[in-house]
Amino acid sequence: MSLNNKQVKEIAYLARLSIEDTELEQSTSELNNILSLMADLSEIDTGDAKPMAHPLHMSQRLREDEVTEENLAEEFQAIAPKVGKSHFLVPTVIE
Amino acid sequence: MMMHNLSVADLIKGLKNKDFSSVELTQHYLNRIDNSELNAFISVTGDLALAQANKADLKIAKGDNTLLTGIPYAHKDIFCTKGVKTSAGSKMLDSFISPYDATLSHKFNSENMVMLGKTNMDEFAMGSSNENSYYGPVKNPWNLKKVPGGSSGGSAAAVASRITPFATGTDTGGSIRQPASLCGITGLKPTYGRISRYGMIAYASSLDQAGPMTRTAEDAAIVLNSMAGFDSKDSTSASKEIPDYTKQLTRSLDGLKIGLPKEFFSSGLDEGVEKVVMQAIKEYESMGAKIQEVSLPNSMHAIPTYYIVAPCECSSNLSRFDGVRYGYRCEDPKDLDDLYLRSRSEGFGKEVKRRIMIGAYALSAGYYDAYYLKAQKVRQLISEDFKKAFQSVDVIMGPVSPTTAFDLGSVKDPVSMYLADIYTLSVNLAGLPGMSIPAGFSKELPVGLQLIGNHWSEELLLNTAHQFQLKTDWHTSSPIEL
Repeated sequence: MSLNNKQVKEIAYLARLSIEDTELEQSTSELNNILSLMADLSEIDTGDAKPMAHPLHMSQRLREDEVTEENLAEEFQAIAPKVGKSHFLVPTVIE
Repeated sequence: MMMHNLSVADLIKGLKNKDFSSVELTQHYLNRIDNSELNAFISVTGDLALAQANKADLKIAKGDNTLLTGIPYAHKDIFCTKGVKTSAGSKMLDSFISPYDATLSHKFNSENMVMLGKTNMDEFAMGSSNENSYYGPVKNPWNLKKVPGGSSGGSAAAVASRITPFATGTDTGGSIRQPASLCGITGLKPTYGRISRYGMIAYASSLDQAGPMTRTAEDAAIVLNSMAGFDSKDSTSASKEIPDYTKQLTRSLDGLKIGLPKEFFSSGLDEGVEKVVMQAIKEYESMGAKIQEVSLPNSMHAIPTYYIVAPCECSSNLSRFDGVRYGYRCEDPKDLDDLYLRSRSEGFGKEVKRRIMIGAYALSAGYYDAYYLKAQKVRQLISEDFKKAFQSVDVIMGPVSPTTAFDLGSVKDPVSMYLADIYTLSVNLAGLPGMSIPAGFSKELPVGLQLIGNHWSEELLLNTAHQFQLKTDWHTSSPIEL
């Protein structure tokens, strides 16, 4: 199965990336080449193998629900592209 | 003898004997970095380094020091360093001054080690040639027209050219071992969970692991002692006790069972590389090791498996770069969607975008089972192959990379680049420790031997590497005049 230009644009948008029209052909062909590499996977008989999400099969460790972080709001705001008094600024979402 | 020819082990002795101070040592390395043309560093932190060295000298004078106090090192630019630019090789983070330290940075600081600077790397650790860096490619010190490998290419080139005593690296699919092989140094990727990932900018969280890049296995053991250990800030960190990795470096290899996976010596392996690897295996045989063939049938599916699993995790991890809280933001966004779209499209490089898109596609409704779930099942099979093999052998050996360093700019299509990762990917998928050690040369370029061990067998791997380095001198070969 291979992707067409329209699908590639849609996937890019899903990932909040945009592709210039001039680069679309090449992107589509590169992604299709990569996906053809993945086609092998469907041929493999995985029987009843369990999907492996963690290399050591560990479960998520839990900790006590207590505050361990100090308040670094100022430090974090100092490196943000645009900030208000106690918030990050983005273009208007609601008029 | 010049200070830059000394191993970390010898530098520790030199500082102890007051042959030189940490400030002298640091200045010497800063001068060497200044004269280097490899583009191995993204940031050189000279003033900070000299201040740290000064403090280290005071600590040493008071006897309030650890083994590595005052030893300079280069830090891969993927580790957050408080107050110092941490770019991950990306335009996205070109202006990012980290507000906190990675656990590894914190550990090194608390030992009063000296950070010379941050090393160049493929953007967000995605690449095998260091050509995907926003800051330009690194050159291989053995031949300036060749790549150093990636993604820890800056670290490998810096250690090989002796502009740092050692460096840190990270390895998601071979990013420590492959550049170590291509630059002729020693690189260790420990077992997943051995070293904290906190503050190490994430690429693929179930695969990423930090490790030391050094000239010798002994140095790797010394440095690993400082890197390893449980960290409550990393939920995937292992609470297993850590041994003193330098303690087992004296064991004889007599009777060591070495497995050679037949799949690693099939078509695609360069003849010159194969010859060097087989010669190294013979050396092990002469040291009393027993060689036998093993089979890792599913390891040949490592490329499609890895290039599904890693992009899926990266598409999720890199969604945090949105132009809102930190990093690059586009000019004059007209609305929120435009802000996201343009900040990400302008901030990320081509390979990163490619992998994010593959991941977004493979995780999307309707394709999840066919790609991500299937890849996770094959990952299980790859892991089980190793489990079986380690029932009959202690260590698995083979090539690291199918070829020696290739020409800068010569591999243009992504798929060909991915294929070069064939021998390293399965180790990450299974979470195992792996090493690359210098084993010889093919056409004047270094060739690494890969050592793969069972989970938590770093001690065995380090001793197996160290015993080889006691018998051979490939690890002392240098691309520069000594």
